[in-house]
Amino acid sequence: MKSDVPESRATEAVARGPRVPFRWMDTLWVQVTGTLCNIACQHCFISCGPKATQIPVMGVDEVQRALDQGRDAGVRHVYFTGGEPFLHPELQSLVARALDVAALTIVTNGILLDDDTVRWLAGAFERSRNALDLRVSLDGMTAAQNDSVRGRGTFAEIVAALQRLGAGGFSPVVTVVEHEQGLEGAEARARFLDFVRGLGIRQPRVKFLPLLRIGREARRSEGYADRLGDEALLPAVESSLLCATGRCFTAQGVYTCPILVEDASARLGASVAEASRGIRLGWAACQTCVLDGLRCNT
Amino acid sequence: MRAAFFGGIYNNYIGLEEALADARRRGAERLFCLGDVGGFGPHPDRSIESLRKAQVEMVQGNYDDAVGNAREDCGCGYTDPRDNHFARLSYAYTLDKTSAGHRPWLAGLPPQLSVELGGTRLHLVHGSPRQQNEFLWESTAPDAFLERLCVEAGADVLLCTHTGIHWQRQLPSGRRVVNVGALGRPANDGRTCVWYAFLDTEAETAPPFCFIPLAYDHQRLAREMRAEKLPEEFVETVLTGWWTTCLEILPSKERLRGRF
Ligand code: SF4
Ligand code: SF4
Ligand SMILES: [Fe+2]
Repeated sequence: MKSDVPESRATEAVARGPRVPFRWMDTLWVQVTGTLCNIACQHCFISCGPKATQIPVMGVDEVQRALDQGRDAGVRHVYFTGGEPFLHPELQSLVARALDVAALTIVTNGILLDDDTVRWLAGAFERSRNALDLRVSLDGMTAAQNDSVRGRGTFAEIVAALQRLGAGGFSPVVTVVEHEQGLEGAEARARFLDFVRGLGIRQPRVKFLPLLRIGREARRSEGYADRLGDEALLPAVESSLLCATGRCFTAQGVYTCPILVEDASARLGASVAEASRGIRLGWAACQTCVLDGLRCNT
Repeated sequence: MRAAFFGGIYNNYIGLEEALADARRRGAERLFCLGDVGGFGPHPDRSIESLRKAQVEMVQGNYDDAVGNAREDCGCGYTDPRDNHFARLSYAYTLDKTSAGHRPWLAGLPPQLSVELGGTRLHLVHGSPRQQNEFLWESTAPDAFLERLCVEAGADVLLCTHTGIHWQRQLPSGRRVVNVGALGRPANDGRTCVWYAFLDTEAETAPPFCFIPLAYDHQRLAREMRAEKLPEEFVETVLTGWWTTCLEILPSKERLRGRF
């Protein structure tokens, strides 16, 4: 498996920082398309893009294996991520398989959601007892704001996709990365909700995410200067971390969380069972989770 | 053996009185309440007094823990600023209006209850066996996950509330999970009735649990809420059966069934 991290640093990373016991295997992230994405955002926390193959696309059998292990562990939610999950040639089948096990959220940039896709998604939503949710990322209310990080023309494409989803009766969660000032606070939130409602989405849901300064984003801002000390976390913080209640399955093994899939030192094993153990937060990005409150409980 | 299971009361003492009478009419020998006596509605002491007088067997909800121990917030577990705004209003009201004499009772309620009824092991919790304020919604509680909770709790039947919407499911192993719903507010279905769960272990019809829709004088509840200056958004829910707050925690399936 590939690694940019020298072995010595890998060991160092996991041997320090606050301890996070593994509470429950509630959330199984599956990086179905690896790092493959149809766009290449500047703030992507894994360096995804149309030619990014450093983490391969998962085969159907591999995804099924992840889901089976999730089922054995009594998993509650499955998240499909990439890259861009809708680039997966067998996504329809993967969605059906995941919904058979748990509630499913697909994290997407939305661009590939054409009418046909929205139609089959709506069918899957109707048929399944388990929830099917979409998380579409949009990083501003204007093309200028969004396209500066996501690429020229993407605002119009994402907005069109949101309109199709709204027309299809979907209520996607629109995620906004706080990549510039003015995208945070109650007022910004209210304006964003109105904006999304204006696209024909009846029950808009918006989630603001703090910026992760790793991956390609590390080149845009300065990355992280520091790491967390060894002091114990507050229980409320500890229990709300992604890595306390979930693991990420990729073509290269099972990782602490979907954020660190490019860091070999965050690989905890080949199976969910192997990876279901406590860790120490020795990675730089952990600061964002701990200090800025990156959570996934909406 | 017949038994009634009430979910969150949310200060709806009018609905609670109606439910107590209804359950007795149906022959309930045991009465259970799965917690959250306060919040949302008016006059918190009245519901507490009814429950204590009727000797309802109680499980502690997050609200009871919060009010009983005078905690900073209700611990409902909302994540959205608007939801939290309304949660704060109703918590401040309930905290202020609950007599000091009732607080030790609330604080001392057991967080879980295991009972055997007609040879079946029932495990009663407020949210989930592992977390008092965990939301068990139908669409985000898959079988394997529920099996795990039941096994860990040693339960044939797991009963919970906290979400406010009732549902039940038999798991592949034969175990069962019942979210008993709430007496405190309608189930976001456009009907003004509230719901509780009823068990008849000798019933001819399967499943042994059914959900009872309960009509009560909701106009009177609305009048009293207005007189107490509780938020008009809450009153609207009582009068229409549609939720107007706490919407962000609803999974999309449950939310799309509602109006807002
Ligand atoms: S942020 Fe998302 S959409 Fe953008 S490049 Fe990364 S994976 Fe693709
Ligand atoms: S990056 Fe966040 S989720 Fe991942 S291990 Fe660090 S604290 Fe946990
Ligand atoms: Fe509750």
